[in-house]
Amino acid sequence: MSSPWACAVPDLREDRLRTVVVWPPQPGRAVSDTLPAMEPDEELLRRLRAGDEQAFVALVERYNGSMLRLALSFVPSRAVAEEVVQDTWLAVLRGLAGFEGRSSLRTWMFTILANRARTTGARELRSIPVADAGPVVDASRFGPDGSWSVPPEHWVEEAEERIEAGKLTGLLRSAMDSLPARQREVVLLRDVEGLTSTEVCSVLAISEANQRVLLHRGRGKLRQVLEAELGGSR
Amino acid sequence: MRLISRRGLGAGLGRGLVCQQAVELVTLYLEGALRGAERRRFEKHLAGCPHCTEYLAQIRETIRLAGRVTPGDLTPQMRVDLTDLYRRWREEG
Ligand SMILES: [Zn+2]
Repeated sequence: MSSPWACAVPDLREDRLRTVVVWPPQPGRAVSDTLPAMEPDEELLRRLRAGDEQAFVALVERYNGSMLRLALSFVPSRAVAEEVVQDTWLAVLRGLAGFEGRSSLRTWMFTILANRARTTGARELRSIPVADAGPVVDASRFGPDGSWSVPPEHWVEEAEERIEAGKLTGLLRSAMDSLPARQREVVLLRDVEGLTSTEVCSVLAISEANQRVLLHRGRGKLRQVLEAELGGSR
Repeated sequence: MRLISRRGLGAGLGRGLVCQQAVELVTLYLEGALRGAERRRFEKHLAGCPHCTEYLAQIRETIRLAGRVTPGDLTPQMRVDLTDLYRRWREEG
């Protein structure tokens, strides 16, 4: 079953602002009838405050998946994670009146979630990531002078032609699932959800420097997975 | 200088980066966290190195494709539960 918001993706190429683009491009028509997805968060917030239940459903459709994934990296089981996510939605509803919009809606929601999940999971505040400090490209790929001996092959424009879309997504999703928790959280919020680095640091209560290290490792591993699938198989 | 000591990889001071160092700087570069001389050194390396240029392109593509990932479907049960939650909240207030 494909999610009704499968076509709402953050455009991260120039990062910063989340620009929602329709994929696949289908000018002039919505991809699905139930699709609320192109509506900006601000508009959903406005409707939600006006008591529109559908706005809440749309917000849930947009963010519940990421919330669940984020919660899962703090707590031991899916059942507990679902509970944390439900608590978060209730806290969001109850907090609506007091939400002043100093951060974006999603940053605010993810922060509530992370705080709750952290408390529930009783995971101690961040002993940070230095442990996983291996190189993003295996040393065997370089010669003694530090230049590539097994250079990356060219596949960037071909990924989507050579791997069927569903498989590509599945591949990346399972690669993300197998990242260490800290890296997974950062990649999820930055690259899947399209939060800015500042927003991610605030949600996860980590420094910019740590955020970059985690992002670097996480993206490096995702690239390796793509390379294993695409590189040199011609 | 900081780069070298930070990365612990042994290219000489003042010389260009080697590929093995350059790939470790990609995220800093994309995050806009490489400044001044560090940034120029990185860009100079890229200008002369098709492989690291390819690597950078692959990381950008990885980011773009990650942006396509949908984090998971909302199960019908969750939708029902959350709609209930909304209605209960409405009654609260
Ligand atoms: Zn190079």
